[in-house]
Amino acid sequence: MKEICQSVKKKDHDPKIEGRSVYVDDYNLTASGKKILCGRLLHSIYAKAKVLSVTVPELPEGYYWVDRNDIPGDNNVNIVLDDTPVFCRDTVEYIGEPIGMVVGPDEKAVEALLKKIEVEYEELEPMLDLRNGDTTFFDYHFGHGDVDKAFAEADKVYEEEFTTGYQDQTYLEPQGMMAEPEEDGRMFVHGSLQCPYYVHGAVARAMGTGPEGVHILQDVTGGGFGGKEDFPSILGCQVAVAAKKTGQPVRCVYNRREDLEFTPKRHPSLSKYKLAVKDGMVTAVEADVRFDAGAYSTLSAVVLQRGIIAAPGIYNIPNVRVTGKAVKTNTTPCGAYRGFGAPQTFFAIEMMMDHIAQDLGIDSIAFKQKHFAKQGDMTSTQGRYHFPVPIPAMLDEVDELCDLRRKHIEYSRPQSGRYRKGIGFSAIFHGAGFTGSGERDMIKATAKLRKYADGTVEVLASNGDIGQGVRTTFPKIVAHELNIPLDKVYYSHPDTARVPDSGPTVASRSLMIVGELLRRAAIKLRGIWEEGKEQEVEEHYKQPDFMIPFYLDRFEGDAYPTYAWAVSAVEVEVDTYTGVVEILGAYGNFDVGTPVDYNIVVGQMEGGFLQGLGYASIEKMSYDNKGRIRNNSFTDYLVPTTMDVPHMVAKMHVEEYPDGPYGAKGAGELPLVAPPPAYLEAVEMALGGMKKHRLNAIPFSTEDVILELNKEVL
Amino acid sequence: MNGIHFRLNGKDTCYDGSAADRLLDVLRDTYDMKSVKCGCKEGECGACAVLIDGVLVNSCCVAMGAVDAHEIVTVEGYRETARFAALSKAFADLSAVQCGFCIPGMILAAEALLSKNAHPTEEEVRTALSGNICRCTGYNAIVNAVLNAAKEGDGLW
Ligand code: FES
Ligand code: FES
Repeated sequence: MKEICQSVKKKDHDPKIEGRSVYVDDYNLTASGKKILCGRLLHSIYAKAKVLSVTVPELPEGYYWVDRNDIPGDNNVNIVLDDTPVFCRDTVEYIGEPIGMVVGPDEKAVEALLKKIEVEYEELEPMLDLRNGDTTFFDYHFGHGDVDKAFAEADKVYEEEFTTGYQDQTYLEPQGMMAEPEEDGRMFVHGSLQCPYYVHGAVARAMGTGPEGVHILQDVTGGGFGGKEDFPSILGCQVAVAAKKTGQPVRCVYNRREDLEFTPKRHPSLSKYKLAVKDGMVTAVEADVRFDAGAYSTLSAVVLQRGIIAAPGIYNIPNVRVTGKAVKTNTTPCGAYRGFGAPQTFFAIEMMMDHIAQDLGIDSIAFKQKHFAKQGDMTSTQGRYHFPVPIPAMLDEVDELCDLRRKHIEYSRPQSGRYRKGIGFSAIFHGAGFTGSGERDMIKATAKLRKYADGTVEVLASNGDIGQGVRTTFPKIVAHELNIPLDKVYYSHPDTARVPDSGPTVASRSLMIVGELLRRAAIKLRGIWEEGKEQEVEEHYKQPDFMIPFYLDRFEGDAYPTYAWAVSAVEVEVDTYTGVVEILGAYGNFDVGTPVDYNIVVGQMEGGFLQGLGYASIEKMSYDNKGRIRNNSFTDYLVPTTMDVPHMVAKMHVEEYPDGPYGAKGAGELPLVAPPPAYLEAVEMALGGMKKHRLNAIPFSTEDVILELNKEVL
Repeated sequence: MNGIHFRLNGKDTCYDGSAADRLLDVLRDTYDMKSVKCGCKEGECGACAVLIDGVLVNSCCVAMGAVDAHEIVTVEGYRETARFAALSKAFADLSAVQCGFCIPGMILAAEALLSKNAHPTEEEVRTALSGNICRCTGYNAIVNAVLNAAKEGDGLW
């Protein structure tokens, strides 16, 4: 292991474990000593309706009603497009859409007032059908080869449909933002967020100021996982408008029910796959992927792009045709969640490959292995896998860990008795960094180092620590290159008034892209270092030369410079009396390149792995025929506890990436993607295989097992 | 004698608000115990856990009236102890703290366990922490940190 991999004590360890870290809900007063007003939102109770009137009772002194009429700038939130309003327009488009905010000094009084506001609605027919919805925000097509010919010449054509459900990020700290008008007229917005510059752009637009009229600080953030990528821009605008109107600091923190019901989550999906097989090899794949975007487009464009690029999985299939649609429904807008569209399609292709192998009567691990892409092969978008694909070696390592291949064959044989076993296998990649030429054309990251006269060095970047450890790993890289002790380098929570735009905290990009900028900046600083002098250096993103330019209109070129890889195996035992699935062991092998701090990376892998297993099994959330999400508490939306997967093993496999710092690639999202198909394959195997129980939907809970078993009786 | 009398982190304390007030809110707002986090306010996540007479309790489900004559410990008090130092070191060694939001509750859950059972098995640790949700870590690092603290802090509990 390289020296940089050695784990260090995390820089935020002490304040967090001692309970001294200040999360947005923890401020008693603002930093400048002012009282903070409490804001609570009035949410729509209909999935689609005209808002005819809003009657606000007479408010006691010091209490305010804030709505779209108070927005000084523009009632459109800058996300990818700008269709999301700050406060609703003439109609509401989903249950939970913010109509306005009551603001005042006392939370209980604010809540009481909220109940007295009368909204007159004219209810309209909501669209709640992903399959038949015909309003699409985005509609993409791409492919290569001669798909029709391959289907015409196939020995057999396989078709199947796969569905995946919502998944909520369930960061333990709910969404919360606060805005403070400053003396100089600027609006200061801070809170629990991932992307300070996203919030900056959005708030500046809503306030109608230029970018210099606002600044945004990330407070200590209690988890994000993508959930605090776009949403804080919306909530940030709302509190800023309220602070502007009242002239006082305003904070709005969601409660858990609001958060589960009304904030973005993973897109439910419906994927139709059609594969051609000739001489035992898959010759063509056609994938028709639909994502349930919810009521506004928010991040659906980019989530869908990543999802459909992964549609053929890690397989080298010569003929490819993919369509992807983000369908509007009158439900909570879906957004970013670790994996960003890819978990849905990898689930589908992995299950599909497994089902084809079962039909052909061969072991699916061997069948998949025959199709693994290799270095130099073409990607789904006619780019290249420029670097070695370590999947075969990683598979062998997992085999050693849990005797995968033998069990896979053994458990596939007919079983009897109450308890039956299964083991599933999956292999996936995660494209590192932004999709396509986003880093080069849109983000254009800049990072800085500032050295002070006393020899301490500050990292200036806009990537927030949301638990993944960049407050530690960024300084670690810099200290390493400067050859100074780690405690001489620090990275504070970013404030857009002080730090350059090094891009958002998304796409597993922070360490790989910004970490590399910081490494280069540190080398530069080392070269000009003068004792006792204040010095600053800056680095800008440069796209690696080897990349084949990506054209989004055709989905052609290198969608990613490189890939992180994962192999997982999940072993289960199903109790056929109760339907309970016990996970006997979950084994993940992860290649994220060089881990720039072993413990931190393993922590990311384990955390993501468990989220993936939750997604596959117990994390169930759906909307009813009115468009209401019922699973809005931890009683109805279950996330894994210490008891669910006691035996979970995360192993690291290192395939270094020359353009990442010390060989590091993107890490954070990777571990979530592989477990779901491995889990479902295992359950299907335990139930007797595809011919008895063909499974193609997640989450697959105890109730679903019972429903399947009941089919045997009927 | 009016008010609700209890010990908070070793200090005699008298609360003269309503007996129906929620312990979580009172700890955070009246006594500035901000280590006590609110993750759900419905007794389901453990972020608000405190020790009442050494027993782990979710403070969002406790009315102030119920703490009269009891002893409450939060991380603000517990962090001054040698036991906390042992747990903190064990957590640091495994980088078991990610976003940190669950951590004060986890630490008190560990204390509640170790004070009854100084040498727990892994299964006992998992059971003791099962009421505390952590979305970040996947729990392995936290469970192992508690086991290591029990080993290395031998004699403290
Ligand atoms: S806040 Fe009390 S259990 Fe969640
Ligand atoms: S460290 Fe984030 S919830 Fe546990």
